[in-house]
Amino acid sequence: MSTKITIDPLTRIEGHMKIEATVDNGAVNDAHCSGTLFRGFEIILKGRDPRDAQRITQRVCGVCPAIHCTAATLNLDSAFGIAGSVPDNGRILRNLVLGANYLQSHVLHFYHLAALDYVDVTACKNYQGKDRELNSVKDFIERGELAPFTPRYEGDYRFDEETNQVLVKHYLEAFEIRRLAQEMLTLFGGKMPHNATIVPGGITEHPTVDKIAGFLWRLNKIKDFIDNTYIPDVVAAAKTYSDYLKIGNGPGNFLSYGVFDLDGSSSDYTKRDRLFAQGAVEGLSTFKELDTESITESIHHSWYDGEDGIHPSQEDTLPNARKKEGYSWLRSPRYEGKVYEVGPLARWVVSYFAGVKEVKNLLDSAMGDLGVGPEDLNSVCGRHLARALDAKVVADNMAGWLLELVPGEPVCAEYELPQEASGMGIVDGPRGALGHWIKIKDGVIDRYQLVVPTTWNGSPRDERGQPGPMEQSIMGTEIKDAENPYEIVRIARSFDPCLACSVHTVTINGERLGKLRVV
Amino acid sequence: MSSKTAEFPAIWIAGAACSGCSVSLLNTIYPSIQNVLVDPVLPGKHISLTFHATVMAGQGEPVLRAVHDTAQKKPGGYILVVDGSIPTGEDGLYCTIGELEGKHVTMKDMVEELARDALCVIAVGTCAAFGGIPKGSPNPTGAKSVMEFFKDEGITKPLVNISGCPPHPDWMVGTIAYILLKGIPGEDEVDEKLRPLAFFGKLIHDNCPRRAYFDAGQFARHTSEPGCLYEIGCKGPYTYADCPTRHWNNGVNWCIGAGAQCIGCVEPDFIDTFEPLFQKIDETSMDRFKIKTR
Repeated sequence: MSTKITIDPLTRIEGHMKIEATVDNGAVNDAHCSGTLFRGFEIILKGRDPRDAQRITQRVCGVCPAIHCTAATLNLDSAFGIAGSVPDNGRILRNLVLGANYLQSHVLHFYHLAALDYVDVTACKNYQGKDRELNSVKDFIERGELAPFTPRYEGDYRFDEETNQVLVKHYLEAFEIRRLAQEMLTLFGGKMPHNATIVPGGITEHPTVDKIAGFLWRLNKIKDFIDNTYIPDVVAAAKTYSDYLKIGNGPGNFLSYGVFDLDGSSSDYTKRDRLFAQGAVEGLSTFKELDTESITESIHHSWYDGEDGIHPSQEDTLPNARKKEGYSWLRSPRYEGKVYEVGPLARWVVSYFAGVKEVKNLLDSAMGDLGVGPEDLNSVCGRHLARALDAKVVADNMAGWLLELVPGEPVCAEYELPQEASGMGIVDGPRGALGHWIKIKDGVIDRYQLVVPTTWNGSPRDERGQPGPMEQSIMGTEIKDAENPYEIVRIARSFDPCLACSVHTVTINGERLGKLRVV
Repeated sequence: MSSKTAEFPAIWIAGAACSGCSVSLLNTIYPSIQNVLVDPVLPGKHISLTFHATVMAGQGEPVLRAVHDTAQKKPGGYILVVDGSIPTGEDGLYCTIGELEGKHVTMKDMVEELARDALCVIAVGTCAAFGGIPKGSPNPTGAKSVMEFFKDEGITKPLVNISGCPPHPDWMVGTIAYILLKGIPGEDEVDEKLRPLAFFGKLIHDNCPRRAYFDAGQFARHTSEPGCLYEIGCKGPYTYADCPTRHWNNGVNWCIGAGAQCIGCVEPDFIDTFEPLFQKIDETSMDRFKIKTR
């Protein structure tokens, strides 16, 4: 018997997403992922001052704006010919702003976006202790209006009552920690979301001793939470929901652009010394150096006119809402024509195979604790684990970078605006590999293209019929209860999708839409 | 005690948005976000967040049904919060919120239907208030602000605009608290763009700590230099918000405080009229402002 499951809206992600799955004999035999919002940033960018790209593109996403302005400024640095001349203070401050955004994004994702699939808030109704916040949750439950915590899927909350209560407490604490990460970022970023200071050549804010100390002590508090709460909670979830170490296998190919420049002197971003390495790992075995010429996008099943297999620097954005073969406005990015997953797991796999010592030691130790091998990382819990370890390594390194700042030294290089130029900015964000490409003509933007992490992960089938990573990881999954298909939402959320980032997304069936009936 | 608490349902829907407004709301300090979600935000008054796609536990059709039920059960009793602009091109298909009874529900239709029975509508963020970046030339999706959409559709409903990219959490929480305490702000409490004067009443330029540089004619030529940023594109002289005194993210900093030009993100002129962001504005295009440099 065949059952069709439609999840629309998929919530607790950034943006608008829909998942359709067909279940036969208890397992998913087909899945389609679509985004449902199209804004057309690349069309809006055309004809504008190139410098405005980093202000405009970070507004693609309010959860991870810092990575867009990082990719945009790397892109502009390369177009303006100053990629190798950003002063160390500027490079480090950019890393600190981006790192702070990583920490807020990862903590937010695990506790506020993913955790409600595993943690039962209503367990607080029997809370007997004296914790003020848990008692306020208990009062809330007693009042009887349980939004936004219900409605929800029912039937697979596995933690015992006491553990649930502890995790609800952590859910609330995590609100404060992620807020603190934004406050920390603001010391050098001016404001968040949408920081004001990262510009071509470096940054506008200066490192002063009071800001360095203020940053450090906020960071210490966040580090403590990551080490003693976040990572233990992820490990506890992986043990209690251990079947999710086998569920949600993606394509098994991983791509990372690397992130956090440790040296800014090379203007070739593929060769730059970064904390996390650039590269591709195929089939969890073969490491390859990153070759950006191997990145292409296809539009075979996307609502665009144009050709398949085009390099992003050569792409135009030509929407065609009535294209017959299309089922999504996400394009299909491919590497060497193959399907690659991006994100914290991909970043960790690539750095592991590239021999980054810090990554290798920590990952080996985490796999030992859980009694799992590398193949188990290609799973729902593997993605959560990689994300938590990612937060730890970023936070640990930020503390060291802070002390490398030299108050009084320059933060920004000067530049001339070119009339004709092209550029590329590639860097890994919290959700994975992000690329910006620009072509400048007559001093204004002639073409701007973004290939964002969720476009990689949430992509539709390409011209060869290869489903995207999320589609692949949902296909084949056994569904215990089609009325409460936890498996699908847990898999989808393990990728931390950011639909606003994948700006080309919409599903248009060409049919007249029904109106929401109210009253 | 709990029986005395009145529930005020709030339905937050996001259109052509980036989630920045929601993330900014999460940054609220007093009240904290857990206070907003769980506790009575004012004594005896609790905001029940019926629909917020980024926060709520549920997904799929059940969450759309919950919105439907709230609107049916409490006509005139819920607050509608709109975040993001409303794409109207392709009959609204550029943004769908979900599927109900096998059919897409577009942002456009959802706002139209929910606005009719709302107590009031709060347009949160510059995209909802004025159209924002999605409405930027050539406006590929036919994006409209709530105000413009209401005018075109003949919807008359009390509307408050809290612009900003994103809005400061104090502006959002403060406006909601005002509505719970005193009702919808009157005409003398908002500007002509329907923004609360309490937050949008003063020109950034008038309260800028770099104002003395402007008056003395000392202008920065490059970012990261001291001096007034006007010559390198600061839009503080055209922008009304209390950023210079309130500051951002627990008051630790703000754009100009961090050496960056104000880009005027709370104004209707963001983004097209204020472009290029890092060039001095053509003053003749802004004749409603009487700014004269020395």
